[in-house]
Amino acid sequence: MGTFHLIRKNLTRKKLRTIFTLLSIIIAFVLFSLLGGLSRAFSLGVELAGADRLVTMHRVSFIQPIPLSYVARINTIEGVETALHQTWFGAYYQDNRQQIGLFPTDLETFRQVYPEYSVPDQQWQNLLNNQTGILVGQAMADTYGWQVGDRVPIFSSIFPQQDGSFAWDMDIEAIFTGSGNNAEEMQIFMHYEYFNEARAFGQDTVGWIVTKIEDPEQADQVAQAIDLRFANSPTETKSSTEAGWTASFASQIGNIGLMVQMVLACVFFTLLLITGNTMAQAVRERTSELAVLKTIGFSDRRVLWMVLGESMTVAIVGGVIGLLLGFLFIKGAESALSQFLPGLAMSPEAIITGILLAIGLGFVTGILPAWQAGRLKVIDALARG
Amino acid sequence: MSDVAQDSTAAKANIIDVQGVTKTFRKGRERVEVLHQLDLQIAQGEFCALMGPSGSGKTTLLNLIGGLDHPTGGQITVSGQRIDQLNSRQLARWRSSHVGFIFQFYNLMPVLTAQRNVELPLLLKKMSSKERRQRATTALEIVGLQERARHLPRELSGGQEQRVAIARAIVSDPDVLLADEPTGDLDRETAGEILDLLTTLNQRHGKTILMVTHDPVAAERASRIVHMDKGRLIESPAAMGMVGGH
Repeated sequence: MGTFHLIRKNLTRKKLRTIFTLLSIIIAFVLFSLLGGLSRAFSLGVELAGADRLVTMHRVSFIQPIPLSYVARINTIEGVETALHQTWFGAYYQDNRQQIGLFPTDLETFRQVYPEYSVPDQQWQNLLNNQTGILVGQAMADTYGWQVGDRVPIFSSIFPQQDGSFAWDMDIEAIFTGSGNNAEEMQIFMHYEYFNEARAFGQDTVGWIVTKIEDPEQADQVAQAIDLRFANSPTETKSSTEAGWTASFASQIGNIGLMVQMVLACVFFTLLLITGNTMAQAVRERTSELAVLKTIGFSDRRVLWMVLGESMTVAIVGGVIGLLLGFLFIKGAESALSQFLPGLAMSPEAIITGILLAIGLGFVTGILPAWQAGRLKVIDALARG
Repeated sequence: MSDVAQDSTAAKANIIDVQGVTKTFRKGRERVEVLHQLDLQIAQGEFCALMGPSGSGKTTLLNLIGGLDHPTGGQITVSGQRIDQLNSRQLARWRSSHVGFIFQFYNLMPVLTAQRNVELPLLLKKMSSKERRQRATTALEIVGLQERARHLPRELSGGQEQRVAIARAIVSDPDVLLADEPTGDLDRETAGEILDLLTTLNQRHGKTILMVTHDPVAAERASRIVHMDKGRLIESPAAMGMVGGH
């Protein structure tokens, strides 16, 4: 028998209470894992954004189109290397509840703006030669089991063709790999010419323009120059870095990071009160036992560490189980939600933060009762006994 | 356990030496002196009963001798150590080696078996778990409870619980056993068995015992009876002749 045996025995003396305390901790840490994964998925786009790319969109909202002619005009601005337009297609494949990221774009200049995407040269050539050809991310192809040469019907929830059909036949001509992140590879790019000629409305407009600039340090000046070029026109623009644009896109559905932090703060504050109270109660109930331990020679410090050890054990065991369950939930949901939340995963940083949080929770909830147990006066406690 | 037969304690040195001890408690704004310039010497191997009315200071004196509290004034020497000069950490370490405590209500850990309860003081010693087990088993054999080693306190009778508490008190082989009303919660027959056991520990194993009791029958088992009243000692004339006379 050692001190840990004593701690274990004390924790199991009221099994139901310990189980409920453990459950509350487990649930909190499952929530921590899930919300952390969700927050990571939303912020991943920001992390991926290039520092040398600007995004220009309609001043009012990114769902408002801007004229195609703006691309050529942006290309004349000093400091701009290449401008590339993109449009949200509103695509889905087979299941209209699962939207996929498909963007009509100018594939001729695509590679200049996104050099990090790797495509075999032969496939690239075939893509340029076929107007109905599409460039598919490797992860997207894996998800649907697509291969080069497949013809797939993709639907748009926004743009019908001129014959009224929302189905667009597309040929998979090339598959690209990104810089190793799943989120990048969950995209499809199609020829804008095909899209622009066939769609029923909105000809010669685009969703936004991605501009590769010569010097990332001049980003703000170039962005201002672009917006100035279109100032006082019917379609004014708002330009920002790609990272800023991605962040503002994510913020259209709310500040996910802040919401997650607030929910977690509430959960952990409540947990702190519940667990702290439970620990204090558990110590109060055995005041005389602690006094006896001191009588037979246990030092104040040893008693303090023993009581602290109990709260740390509960918090760490509960925290680790919660993190493990959260990890498994996220792992299970990862493939099901890969179209919507390609970055949904639990990062190593989140796991380390979770473990530190569990240790902190155990310490904070246990330190007060442990300190009280440590400074307990034997004769007073025995007299109360 | 030392197994030294005690024929005469009178000739031996004092294992407990209390000189001019006072103890004052604060009660609100008042200061209450519980012990007044108290002197007490107990020889090694002596079995001393401490009697007196409630509030006379018996338990306070026992706590001071056991190093559970500090005196306000005076000197306390136990087993050659001036314990009134030790701080609380040093006192805790000293207690683990030199005194064994026996309480009226046994104060066993309800979640631990009898064996584990007895092992508790040995957690503070540097020894293997095997050695701890062996020593706890020996202590349980001495109190006649080896067959109940795996039982939890709630599965034992009051007398058996007190035997386990005595085994816990002697497992570290302390010089002195301090018992506070050890038979106060037991029926007459069981109390007799516990007193038999204490007598055996005193006479066969040489343990010095200081026992606080209200019970004259229990006190009669001691080799010496000391009365206390209002914080002062009154040596019992009848019992004085029994000192050292087992």
